[in-house]
Amino acid sequence: MLIFSVFKTLTDQQVTVELKNDLSITGVLKSVDQFLNIRLDSIKVLDEARHPHMMAVKNCFIRGSVVRYVQLPSEHVDTQLLEDATRRGSSPRSHPFIG
Amino acid sequence: METIQEPFDLIRLSLSERVFVKLRGDRELTGILHAYDGHMNLIMSDVVETIMLVEGVDAVPPGPGATVKVATRKMDMLFVRGDGVILVSPPSRT
Repeated sequence: MLIFSVFKTLTDQQVTVELKNDLSITGVLKSVDQFLNIRLDSIKVLDEARHPHMMAVKNCFIRGSVVRYVQLPSEHVDTQLLEDATRRGSSPRSHPFIG
Repeated sequence: METIQEPFDLIRLSLSERVFVKLRGDRELTGILHAYDGHMNLIMSDVVETIMLVEGVDAVPPGPGATVKVATRKMDMLFVRGDGVILVSPPSRT
């Protein structure tokens, strides 16, 4: 839930999503859900020569499970807040396997 | 009461420190850990990614003719999806 909240605070920011098939897509984060599915607008594929079939695509929905990384704008991420929220959220009670 | 009682405690004590992460697909990361959850989704900053590519010989295991190509790249702030994580190692305290 913590990471979901982080992505929600980053809506309308530019992010780069790297997929497990090595495709990297930069675009404006429009929305995210609990599965970390991601909707991107005004997208640009990094290596267009290698993925010519993506050139016409302007916006897309990415299934969360195919994401490897998301590069975030560091100026919009409060790392202190993240660490505090992680410490609070990681008490044994709130572990998904136990809680 | 900073004691280790369950596996995740080890990662909790590594928050805001530089950690080593081994990922699927012969990838490794080092970076400063800022957040994680029960899926091992991570948020890290100042990340260096190392990708190992074995080239040349197709034999398994690779013979002496095989070369390992290492590519590195840097990323400012990175979310890592938990399903690719193999291990997270705390910083070496020397």
